[in-house]
Amino acid sequence: MSIILDHVSYLYSADTPLAVKALDDVCLQIPDGEFVGVIGHTGSGKSTLVQHLNGLLKASSGHIYVDGEDIYDKDYDRKMLRSKVGLVFQYPEHQLFEVDVFTDVCFGPKNLGLEKKEVELRAYDALRKVGLPDELFYQSPFELSGGQKRRAAIAGVLAMKPKVLILDEPTAGLDPRGRDEILGQIKELQRSTGMTILLVSHSMEDVAEYVDRIIVMNRGKVMYDDEPREVFAHYRELEEVGLAAPQVTYILHALKERGFPVDVNATTIGEAAETILRAMGKKDDRKAQRETNPMQDAVDPARSGNRQKQGL
Amino acid sequence: MLRDITLGQYYQTESVIHRLDPRVKLGGTLLYIISLFLFRNFLGYVAAAIFLGIVIRLSHVPFRFMVKGMRAILFLLLFTVVFNLFLTPGVPLVTLWKLTITREGVEMAVTIAIRLTMLIIGSSIMTLTTTPNNLTDGMEKGMHPLKWIGVPVHEVAMMMSIALRFIPILLEETDKIMKAQIARGADFESGSLIKRARALVPLLVPLFISAFRRANDLAMAMESRCYRGGEGRTKMKPLVYKGRDRIGYLCVFLYLAVSITVGRLPIF
Repeated sequence: MSIILDHVSYLYSADTPLAVKALDDVCLQIPDGEFVGVIGHTGSGKSTLVQHLNGLLKASSGHIYVDGEDIYDKDYDRKMLRSKVGLVFQYPEHQLFEVDVFTDVCFGPKNLGLEKKEVELRAYDALRKVGLPDELFYQSPFELSGGQKRRAAIAGVLAMKPKVLILDEPTAGLDPRGRDEILGQIKELQRSTGMTILLVSHSMEDVAEYVDRIIVMNRGKVMYDDEPREVFAHYRELEEVGLAAPQVTYILHALKERGFPVDVNATTIGEAAETILRAMGKKDDRKAQRETNPMQDAVDPARSGNRQKQGL
Repeated sequence: MLRDITLGQYYQTESVIHRLDPRVKLGGTLLYIISLFLFRNFLGYVAAAIFLGIVIRLSHVPFRFMVKGMRAILFLLLFTVVFNLFLTPGVPLVTLWKLTITREGVEMAVTIAIRLTMLIIGSSIMTLTTTPNNLTDGMEKGMHPLKWIGVPVHEVAMMMSIALRFIPILLEETDKIMKAQIARGADFESGSLIKRARALVPLLVPLFISAFRRANDLAMAMESRCYRGGEGRTKMKPLVYKGRDRIGYLCVFLYLAVSITVGRLPIF
């Protein structure tokens, strides 16, 4: 399931004075099984971009090939495309409508014209994958908590068994724990099924830990398209367009400036801790042992926040 | 898909018409519409068209943009014209099978088409050049005398402004939910009438829920800012007539006098 975008441009409100170029000559290639982060400031065109991938928006110019087929061909089956490329919108819980969670999740596979048994199997499977407890399956979706609603809605798309899953800001409005849980489950899903996943976000922190590759959008153009470490090396340019590299990048750069031989390319907290430990170890073994522990806490404020609070 | 509706939309630009007091625009539009129904010959429509043309030029809103909004009511226009064409009794001109086009019918259809088009363009100038807030402000102040006979003017105006404010939001929401359901394989475009009506359930249920949620949030926000109706409420920007508003009124009355005199001349 490879996706190729060939010089895709898109205009909102074409031929009115309010016309906006939301995508500007975008060329991308997304191979099978990759976990890709799409990052950009509000209005950078990231949501517009992903809506092209399952044919909800039609490019003003350019072509999109899914599995080698041009999706703008006259006899291309759009409905098939939507079952191949699943799109979870921002705040997907706003699309829930059925009397109970299970029936709602059945909506997608039912629209594919599958047999009732297959539909229910898929719905059950999808609900299990997003980690929704069984006792909630037959409750009204409107009685669930925010995080549970979101899981139910994600299951609604997963039940269509897409080969590519696109999630538009899946963690917006969730608390840190809900965010980590959902992102962790998505990563697990990718690992176990080999699904291609596109994660749209405006937070580098969210994405850095999970993805293989980052696409940075700015004003409708692809600004960077590379491995996380390469993208974060441009942290100053990222700041100029209203984005930021993960906190560890800043800490490592600051340490390097002060003369510590750390590897500034570490992107996750684990990697950063490792390189800092190594740098400290080289300098002075005894001192390192005293200093590494607080240092590790300092680079990991999100995780260690609770511990620190308790400690203090 | 739903973004293309321009009827009733505000067009942001700088012009004399935009700066006019909303009461002038409301009153002017009303008088203009009434005038359209008083003409007895084509000269009146010529006068009205000239007046309309001048106002459009002054408003700096591109004519193309206005016409785009007309597309939505094209069907209504065609419907009216066709019915008038065939169903007006009088001197027959052409007979097609059982349908007869009469001289009076042609006249009637043409008049109706011109009237409707000018009426819609005229009133769309008002909405294109006045923000919804300004419009309801103007209405509230303009309808003030009705308070004496027990009309809750402030409440009506507030409801109108809220309703207007929510139109674009709900349109956007509809668009979003529609896309989300299409992404889940929903089909809004094909099938029988019953099937299509049923297909709307996944759209309407979330839409209503979101409308209620928004209404609830808005009510909460208004309450937490101590809103308690129009009694004793003052305005940050009270409407005050200025020189240009007087000139505006003058122009409208001048137009009215000229067009009605010309439009009722006994020629033909």
